[in-house]
Amino acid sequence: MRTTSVLAATGPSLDPISDLHQLTAYPFMVNALEAGTIVAVMAGVIGWFMVLRRQTFAGHTLSLTAFPGASGALLIGLSASAGYFVFSGFAALIIGAAAGAQTRRNRSQESAITGAVQAFGLACGFLFLSLYQGVLANYESLLFGSFLGITHGQVLALAAVAAVALGLLAIAGRPLLFASLDEGVARARGVPTRALGLGFLLLLGLAVAETAQITGALLVFALLVAPPATAQLITPRIAPSLALSVALGVLITWVGLALAYFYNYPVGFYITTVAFVTYMVARVARAVADHQGPLRARMRPAEAGG
Amino acid sequence: MFAHEFFRNALLAGTFVALACGAVGYFIVLRAQVFAGDALSHVAFTGALAAAAAGIDTRIGLFAATIGIALVLGGIGQRGAADDVAIGIIFAWILGLGVFFLALFSSGSGGGNGLLGARALFGSIFGLSASDARLAALIGALILAAILAVARPLLFASVDPGVAAVRGIPVRTLGLLFVALVGATAAEATQAVGALLLLGLLAAPAGAAHRLTPNPYLALALSAALAVFAMWLGLAISYAIPSLPPSTAIVAIATASYLLAFLLTALRPERRLAGALGAADHGLAEN
Repeated sequence: MRTTSVLAATGPSLDPISDLHQLTAYPFMVNALEAGTIVAVMAGVIGWFMVLRRQTFAGHTLSLTAFPGASGALLIGLSASAGYFVFSGFAALIIGAAAGAQTRRNRSQESAITGAVQAFGLACGFLFLSLYQGVLANYESLLFGSFLGITHGQVLALAAVAAVALGLLAIAGRPLLFASLDEGVARARGVPTRALGLGFLLLLGLAVAETAQITGALLVFALLVAPPATAQLITPRIAPSLALSVALGVLITWVGLALAYFYNYPVGFYITTVAFVTYMVARVARAVADHQGPLRARMRPAEAGG
Repeated sequence: MFAHEFFRNALLAGTFVALACGAVGYFIVLRAQVFAGDALSHVAFTGALAAAAAGIDTRIGLFAATIGIALVLGGIGQRGAADDVAIGIIFAWILGLGVFFLALFSSGSGGGNGLLGARALFGSIFGLSASDARLAALIGALILAAILAVARPLLFASVDPGVAAVRGIPVRTLGLLFVALVGATAAEATQAVGALLLLGLLAAPAGAAHRLTPNPYLALALSAALAVFAMWLGLAISYAIPSLPPSTAIVAIATASYLLAFLLTALRPERRLAGALGAADHGLAEN
């Protein structure tokens, strides 16, 4: 976070070409833009399914497991990756098992379990940190990320994780979509909805924990939820909405990074703010459109169903 | 143990914080609003930092932020209950604002921000002064009283909002009142267990109580009792083992009680029968 204060003291010249030159003048900025783009693309796709499946809470909980994972690994001297893969994997399994066992009948227990998992994970993280003889400066970067200190190696690692995650989603995408839209019918048609749900949570957990390690739990979460929710608000059709989600995520990340470069405040603040404003604009526009053309609005769901 | 003033303060404040969390938590779980509670606990973090950045009393920032955002969350949803996606988006933005205030505060005061941030996130119940503790106990008692006062209509409105509305119960107002109470609880508990661990006291004892008994009033009492038990035992364990932070001990006990309740109910015979029936149902659907 403090790295932001050494950045450009001058504001943007508002000439796009020279601003772009200035943005890409430093390698750390290039790395940040590359990492941000990769994260935005991955989060745009995984988050789209997450929002569709109404698993925002689970997504947030899983993104926070990066914290106990990393601090635990720090404590026993393992690599951070091992720590957060173990923690997010466990958390995903517990939440997934609870969600499966309860079906849809009892959402309250599912939310209680997710909450308990999150609190316990964070409590573990806090314990590990205090056992580590409190270098508490670390917790900030774990939660809020150090987007501007990313190395080229980390960009490659992120790209690998994103490729694996997107590849798996490409394979399981159709049945997962079916299971997310209508679980009962999908199950009747022989789609293994429980296994898919569990697999999706595991994928979400692993992808998000890996990303949170580099960009902070906060940023991942913002990119997971805001662009897909905005996209699903704008169009109910699947392919355009998925594409829009990715495009919005990338755009929000670039604008946020550029703002953080030119004005010395944390990048997390800018990205979440841009994401929030985008969503609000879409929501207001949607409300106005629905108000002006109630007939068209009523017809739209019918088109989506047909 | 009781000879130390800091421990007595922690016990006094902790007991009432736990009572409020347990009672409010019961309704949060019943209404499946744990995510809203999660969001509000993070709002508490932003509120505390905003107050610190503006140089006003942390407590004012805490309560103003949590109750204000709670009403926003309740207002945008139907029947005073916000939907997950809206919560998630507001929530992410609030966290972003928290980072902003942290940066603002740290550039203003130099150093010391890590400590304040950590305190807001993870709490410092052993650091409460006698007057802090008395105030925390008073606020906790008020929240508890408010919840008990509306318990009956709120229960009705939570279990069957449609029928409750027909019977003339102001479902929406109750929902808003309830999220405001959740906000106040978040602000209150942040001082004791911290913004990040608050969820443990809200969700785990209530989840356990919901599993153990179907009787709502019994479950409400059980939820509060379990929260207080987790608080007491956690404080005692943390006192005995100095390297164990109190917040961690409290949340660990609360989670353990939930796990125990889960195992107990999973092994209960009628549940197993119901589970078997459910599985048969499941199998039928699959074939």
